[in-house]
Amino acid sequence: MVKQEKASANRPDNTAFTQQRLPAWQPMLSAGIVIPGFVLIGLAFIGIGVALFVTSRGIQVLEIDYTGVEQNSPCFPCTDQNRKNCVCDVNFSIDTLFQGPVFFYYGLSNYFQNYRKYGVSKDDYQLSGDLSYFKAPSSTCSPYEYDKNNKPIVPCGSVANSMFNDTFKLFQIVNGAKKQVSLDGKGIAWWTDYNIKYRNPSVTPLKNAFNGTVKPLFWSKPAYELDLSDPANNGFINQDFLVWMRRAALPNFRKLYRRITDGDYAQGLPAGNYTLEVSYNYPVLSFGGRKKVVFSNVSWMGGKNEFLGIAYLVIGSMCVFMSIVMLIVYAKFKFPEED
Amino acid sequence: MLRRRLNRLLGGDERRVDSRTIYVGHRSGSPNEAIIPPKFCDNRIVSSKYTVWNFLPKNLFEQFRRIANFYFLIIFLVQVIVDTPTSPVTSGLPLFFVITVTAIKQGYEDWLRHKADNEVNKYPVTVLEDGRRIRKESEKIKVGDVVEVEEDETFPCDLILLQSSRDDDTCFVTTASLDGESNHKTHYTVPDTERDLESLNATIECEQPQPDLYKSLGPENLLLKGATLKNTQKICGVAVYTGMETKMALNYQGKSQKRSAVEKSINAFLLVYLCILVSKALVCTTLKYVWQSKPGQDEPWYNEKTQREKDTNLYIKMFTDFLSFMVLFNFIIPVSMYVTVEMQKFLGSFFITWDKDFFDPEIKEGALVNTSDLNEELGQVEYVFTDKTGTLTQNNMEFIECCIDGFQYKYRDASSELDGFCREELFLRALCLCHTVQVKESTEQSQGQGDGLTDQVDGLGVDGEVVPPPEEQRGFIASSPDEVALVKGAMRYGFTFLGLESKTMKILNRNNDVEMYELLHVLNFDPVRRRMSVIVRSRSGDTLLFCKGADSSIFPRVRQEEVERIRMHVERNATEGYRTLCVAYKHLSAEEYAQADKGLREARLALQDREEKLMAVYNQVETGMSLIGATAVEDRLQEEAAETMEALQGAGIKIWVLTGDKMETAKSTCYACRLFQRNTELLELTVLNLNLFLCSCCRSWSSANQDYGFIIDGATLSMVLNTSSESNSSRYKNLFLQICQNCTTVLCCRMAPLQKAQIVKMVKNSKGSPITLSIGDGANDVSMILEAHVGIGIKGKEGRQAVRNSDYAIPKLKHLKKLLLAHGHLYYVRIAHLVQYFFYKNLCFILPQFLYQFFCGYSQQPLYDAAYLTMYNICFTSMPILAYSLLEQHICIEILLDNATLYREIAKNAMLRWGPFLYWTLLGVFHGLLFFFGVRYLFSNPALQDNGQVFGNWSYGTIVFTVLVFTVTLKLALDTRHWTWINHFVIWGSLAFYVFFSFFWGGIIWPFLRQQRLYFVFANMLSSVSAWLVIILLILLSLLPEILLVVFRKPRGPHARQVELKHTYTA
Repeated sequence: MVKQEKASANRPDNTAFTQQRLPAWQPMLSAGIVIPGFVLIGLAFIGIGVALFVTSRGIQVLEIDYTGVEQNSPCFPCTDQNRKNCVCDVNFSIDTLFQGPVFFYYGLSNYFQNYRKYGVSKDDYQLSGDLSYFKAPSSTCSPYEYDKNNKPIVPCGSVANSMFNDTFKLFQIVNGAKKQVSLDGKGIAWWTDYNIKYRNPSVTPLKNAFNGTVKPLFWSKPAYELDLSDPANNGFINQDFLVWMRRAALPNFRKLYRRITDGDYAQGLPAGNYTLEVSYNYPVLSFGGRKKVVFSNVSWMGGKNEFLGIAYLVIGSMCVFMSIVMLIVYAKFKFPEED
Repeated sequence: MLRRRLNRLLGGDERRVDSRTIYVGHRSGSPNEAIIPPKFCDNRIVSSKYTVWNFLPKNLFEQFRRIANFYFLIIFLVQVIVDTPTSPVTSGLPLFFVITVTAIKQGYEDWLRHKADNEVNKYPVTVLEDGRRIRKESEKIKVGDVVEVEEDETFPCDLILLQSSRDDDTCFVTTASLDGESNHKTHYTVPDTERDLESLNATIECEQPQPDLYKSLGPENLLLKGATLKNTQKICGVAVYTGMETKMALNYQGKSQKRSAVEKSINAFLLVYLCILVSKALVCTTLKYVWQSKPGQDEPWYNEKTQREKDTNLYIKMFTDFLSFMVLFNFIIPVSMYVTVEMQKFLGSFFITWDKDFFDPEIKEGALVNTSDLNEELGQVEYVFTDKTGTLTQNNMEFIECCIDGFQYKYRDASSELDGFCREELFLRALCLCHTVQVKESTEQSQGQGDGLTDQVDGLGVDGEVVPPPEEQRGFIASSPDEVALVKGAMRYGFTFLGLESKTMKILNRNNDVEMYELLHVLNFDPVRRRMSVIVRSRSGDTLLFCKGADSSIFPRVRQEEVERIRMHVERNATEGYRTLCVAYKHLSAEEYAQADKGLREARLALQDREEKLMAVYNQVETGMSLIGATAVEDRLQEEAAETMEALQGAGIKIWVLTGDKMETAKSTCYACRLFQRNTELLELTVLNLNLFLCSCCRSWSSANQDYGFIIDGATLSMVLNTSSESNSSRYKNLFLQICQNCTTVLCCRMAPLQKAQIVKMVKNSKGSPITLSIGDGANDVSMILEAHVGIGIKGKEGRQAVRNSDYAIPKLKHLKKLLLAHGHLYYVRIAHLVQYFFYKNLCFILPQFLYQFFCGYSQQPLYDAAYLTMYNICFTSMPILAYSLLEQHICIEILLDNATLYREIAKNAMLRWGPFLYWTLLGVFHGLLFFFGVRYLFSNPALQDNGQVFGNWSYGTIVFTVLVFTVTLKLALDTRHWTWINHFVIWGSLAFYVFFSFFWGGIIWPFLRQQRLYFVFANMLSSVSAWLVIILLILLSLLPEILLVVFRKPRGPHARQVELKHTYTA
């Protein structure tokens, strides 16, 4: 007995794992699975593709470039750098009802918000309301860390400094008179940005928190005056500011400016003539950029995007096509594995 | 005054002329002569590499000497010094992890070594000092100390035996822990030593330490450290070599590291990827400055440069930009690949040790893995070099027949009485006397001074009065099993060897009388002479020399008229596959003996050229003998030897048999193993037909489509390989190689061990550098085992040297089949896939990041968050591939074993050639392009949520990353043919972990982070239907070609056959 035990002590364990005999599922991608699978996937994709395509087609978009490069464009006079507080009117007309709610975007092109040094040039501690960083902003904010008098800039950094500062007013021309379309500035930024990530220092009035600091060089008014009418939209939690601080992924981008959700225009913009009053402040021509405004309504898939629908349709039809090809191939080869 | 000078040279070697002088017991020759104590090292064995103090610096230095680690260190330092896009943590953390894990592993191993060292160094020993016995720790022994060792203790250092408790001044030793040979070896005290060790005043002159273990085992006074004292109560010896200068320590140095072909492929691929990396960085740097030269792009107003940037020199800026790009793209060569490969090899090798098919119930042992670096090499073998004796054959000798004066006696009908010819008795006495066999434990019993614990199995009487019936299973121990077979054979005929005591050999003859012979000299066996002799003196005073050896070495030394009668039998026996030995004897007259005795003694004491001198004396003595007869011993084939060889040949492996045996025996073994078939045309190359052969061969080579077998012997081979003129030598060598490579089987017989290695080396370095495997079981195979790419030792009967020097050891030859066809095949496929997959997944990981540079003004903006960059290779995608590389069986083991031809499909590194590499690289590029541009077109309108809000750059990166992780993992899932629960767990677990981690990482404002870049990015992404749809679309689109390829390839390609096989197998 003892001897037997000794012998078995040296013997390798006879378990499924050590003997590489774990029960295993060995899937074979046979034609019997792949062809119906491809048909199913193909049909599903075509279905989704059609839905996406139809939805995307249903979305109305109106894009107006107001950079003012051409001589005859309404904003051409404002491109002169020396003119302050320049205002220009851009007229446009809508043929059919622009289904509401309408979203009002501004767009910039050839603008590199995703530039690395630009992107890191901010101080998240400062923007979360930490007062100690008001006095000593992070060095990443350079060159917008301190002004010439060595006073800290709040909010510091390139991103905040370059905040988009064109403002718009939209009027409908009703019987020759201008009727202002009310624009809703709430809910344009991410909920978490507005409620958690960005915080104003808990000092009232907000202005006192900014004592000893200066506003960003490019700004015309300090952060605590971004929206004097609404304290919940002022300082670092100003929604325009938040939208700007979320850097765009690509050099041609659009950002949400306002929503048209209430008042007479909740159902949409009726057909007619409109005037967009632009207070033109933001210089883009120096780097060959363009500015535009975009009116769009959205669907469950977001804004208008033909790419997704077409891609789904193409892939779906490819799957179906492939399954037909496979069927022919296998019919010729008489389904070798069914034998 | 007692002064004896013991001039003993221990293993002569001309090159080391300087010798050391040792004062026994630290007493100088004369009292007024002051001892200048020579400086020798102490007896501490240090096998550990580190101490507590130097561990950190030394270990770090060692680790950073590896090119890969050094590269990562450089990248890390660049990140620390230069302002780079990713934080140093991203590359520092994985590097730190790798370095720490390796350091812990090496530290642990070193701790074990320390422990083992301490055990040896602190072992208490008894030292005689001025007549007192003092207990000391082993490490305190100094050269010249007289050490006392008791039975079953190991010697603490190399000792010269001065005194033994046995009457005959001998002691018995086993060197099991040194070379695995468990037989007892006899050592003798230095002759004429005084019994009184206290007053012994002597010096020893011996050579400086040298590592040759086997050369020096000869001197019968030297007891080696590590050997164990047996059957002897105690001995005293003087320490001559201590500590690191002992033979054991000098032999401890590990063998040279073997590198596998896969590793070479990895390094080649790394180079390609390094080129890709550098060119990517160069392209980006160039384009950046081209782009910036356009007006308005260099420094738009919203992105003003800092003062420092403005001041920096343009070229320095370019250089730092280049470095930044390098850092940004450095993930393309991942640290984790090395870790994963190492882990795969280390863990994977356990499956060999664990395999119960490799367990041999006889020796109660399974396979042994000495190195895990070569697992995959087992799947790439093209040439197998095998030893014959003990490898192809069992080395389990059985006496078959003998032939005395031309009459044949079969072993089977041994019961039939032999006629009482004196020649026959002489022959049997010769068999009983001419050997170095020991009888197990018999010495102790016959001496009657055992402590009563020895078992009485043999129950031999002391004086031959009470004789038990001779038992079949008498315990004989010998270094060579032939000898045992012969002694047992003689026993069958009625002559029993009772043992050797006090230089007296006892034989129990047929009449149950004990015959005594005084053993005067043993002329040891050596492979050059191929014979051994003993000189004995019988009771009647006759001095006889018995000699046995190979026919070729005996025939020229006996009277020619006797030869012819025997030769026929010998040759017939040889063709039947038996090992034949011839036995001869001669009477030595008193003068002859005196002369021989003098010659032998002188030669043994010679300080220089000892071997040569001994050889000369041996040759001189062993002449003019008369031939008595010949023996035939059968060495049976190993179990399933033929099947194994057939399977290996079916796998496209060429088998070369390298043996020291003679041609006929080896040839018959080859036939028996089915290495030669009936229709194989044999090409024999011996000294006689050398020129003729080569000429005719090169002319008529390509003619037939036939199997050729090639036979060459050692003498011819050395002529071919060592031709005097350089030009001829290379020409012959090439010709020889060419012929050999066209033969299915090559048999090289009469090979010296070094020649075996020479052949392996020649094939190894031939065109295409094929992968070679050597398998053997004996000390004579060690050289070829070390030389070949993979060395396999068989745990046979000829000691453990082959096993100790091998990379893998298996108990039986038949296990080679599974080791190569199943384990080797699977390991190769696993690691090849692992390597290709690793490069692929990092290519499609970094390619989008590269493409993104074109859209962010070449500003080194990372596409992915730092956490993703760091975790991608460590957490998200590492476990599935590791599980795959350990568990995958693309074809199950039974089918692999049944269809040896499957092995050919992966031959010549098939899965790691440039073709498959290109395929994987293109796949990576395709996926990378798809991920990036798919998302880019989606982002042509970044308003992706139904509330009209827009996504930013981190959302972009996260979508790409999500597609990436899923695609790469599912790609592996598609390749997995063998889904165990572990695969399921790891693959789905990794994906789940990714999702969980992303939620977690984005769900909290992390206090230690400067930038909360990913805050709620992942959750927001999931709230967008478009993001979901694009993720699904891109994953499917990436995998679509893969699925199609699998489906379309099946009806025709190699997979079809596997499928059929699988079906037939299950049916």
